[in-house]
Amino acid sequence: MLMTGPDREVFISGVAEAPLGEVRDHSELSMIALAAREALADAGLTLRDVDGLFVNYLGEEGTVQVGEYLGIQPSYSDSSDLGGAAFVAFLGHASAALQTGRCRVALIVYASRQRTRATRKLNHWNEKATSPQFEQPYGLPAPMGQFGLLAARHMYEYGTTPEQLASVAVTARQWAGLNPKAWKRDRLTIDDVLESRLICAPLRRLDCCLVTDGGGAIVLTTGDRARDSANTPIRVAGTGESARQWHIPQLPSLEASPGVAAARAALQMAEVGHADIDVFEPYDASTISVLLALEDVGFCGRGDAGAFVQEGNLSITGSLPSITSGGGLSYCHPGALGILLVIEAVRQLRGQAGARQVPGATVGLVHGIGGLFSTAATAVLVRG
Amino acid sequence: MVESLFDWADPTTAHFWEAASKEQLVIQQCGACRQYQFYPRPFCLACDSDDIGWVAASGRGTVYSQTTVHLKAAPELGLVTPYVVAVVQLEEGPRLLTNLTGEACRIGSPVQVGWRSRQGQAPVPVFGPATP
Repeated sequence: MLMTGPDREVFISGVAEAPLGEVRDHSELSMIALAAREALADAGLTLRDVDGLFVNYLGEEGTVQVGEYLGIQPSYSDSSDLGGAAFVAFLGHASAALQTGRCRVALIVYASRQRTRATRKLNHWNEKATSPQFEQPYGLPAPMGQFGLLAARHMYEYGTTPEQLASVAVTARQWAGLNPKAWKRDRLTIDDVLESRLICAPLRRLDCCLVTDGGGAIVLTTGDRARDSANTPIRVAGTGESARQWHIPQLPSLEASPGVAAARAALQMAEVGHADIDVFEPYDASTISVLLALEDVGFCGRGDAGAFVQEGNLSITGSLPSITSGGGLSYCHPGALGILLVIEAVRQLRGQAGARQVPGATVGLVHGIGGLFSTAATAVLVRG
Repeated sequence: MVESLFDWADPTTAHFWEAASKEQLVIQQCGACRQYQFYPRPFCLACDSDDIGWVAASGRGTVYSQTTVHLKAAPELGLVTPYVVAVVQLEEGPRLLTNLTGEACRIGSPVQVGWRSRQGQAPVPVFGPATP
């Protein structure tokens, strides 16, 4: 049944972070259980109400494993592997499932203990048939090698500078200083970034995201049920996604980034323009990721993002407050960041972001990327 | 672990590795639209024709982008840190991932193919500064 009228609208009615940082007293599944139950309580619901389950990176038949653990037998399951962007894409997938009556309450969950289990490996992602032949022999560490190549090309084409990249990390750290849950909160300077060790030049250690444990949960429902939420429901106004390439040489140009199509679709669906966005949550796997996101979404012209950040536009007093949690660079990066970007946007739009609250934020844009700069998913979220 | 050639080679790419064992760089060309492509597939990405054949590449290209890696590579790759990974655009158009060898190249620099031998496997194409 295709719903029409107000009930066709889909809302995020509950969010919660899993334990973050270094987590030794929980498994991934128990972290998910904590986050899911907290997010459902936030929505005025319980696990008994959930009939749609969305997971990524949680093993083979991930929705089955997680569903059994939570005691859920979902009528709708989705584990589309769009990398870290999956959790933003799931907002669109869940909206479609809710609007067509495939499920009534959708739960998106993620957790990782990549830090405490030391499972992060930069060199062994590319196990598919073509990669061992044509990429693995050259030792490109994924994904920071891909980001290094993108950064070098961005510098070559547009004159982007290391200081401009560093200003992204400094901005993220300023926001993290306002977030009590952030992993890194001490002051960071441009020089600190420029003096940190090289990883994949031009990217240095402090151009790269954290490696932490963490996760979260998001609950979505249609308008009738969203009214049970203890908090202001946040409407999913527009979504878009795109999958582009696995091997970085197959990306035709910086302008052909998967983020362009994803963002265009989300903005069109939401019928909002760039000037309407009060808060921007880009997936900051690295500093160059943020410059590319600003240009892909269209907040900046090509090549202008470096100066845009350097001028302070992403700060709490800037024209486009962005990375408001401190992001993957300073708050938390549990291997897949997308779910935390959505949670932060919801908190901002509800007015629950404490010291880092963007005053009067009513429209937020979340822009996730995934894989080896392979995929992107964008969501426009609106208060009320 | 780098799997041996035997483990992952597929019929679509076998000709590339046979040529590589003789230090010859080959790429595919479409018989219908004449477009070149890399890596190998059984059809033309540009026009969907299955009239796809192999041609010798000139071995010349330019550096599209490059990153110097300061992390340790898997030992079996034989890469000494720091090493340079690059995307090279071949004269014929397709791009490939590779290592840059010899003196420093920049983005836009002309390069030409060389080969790095591997234990028990065909050599892989790498690129160094083009000689005039």
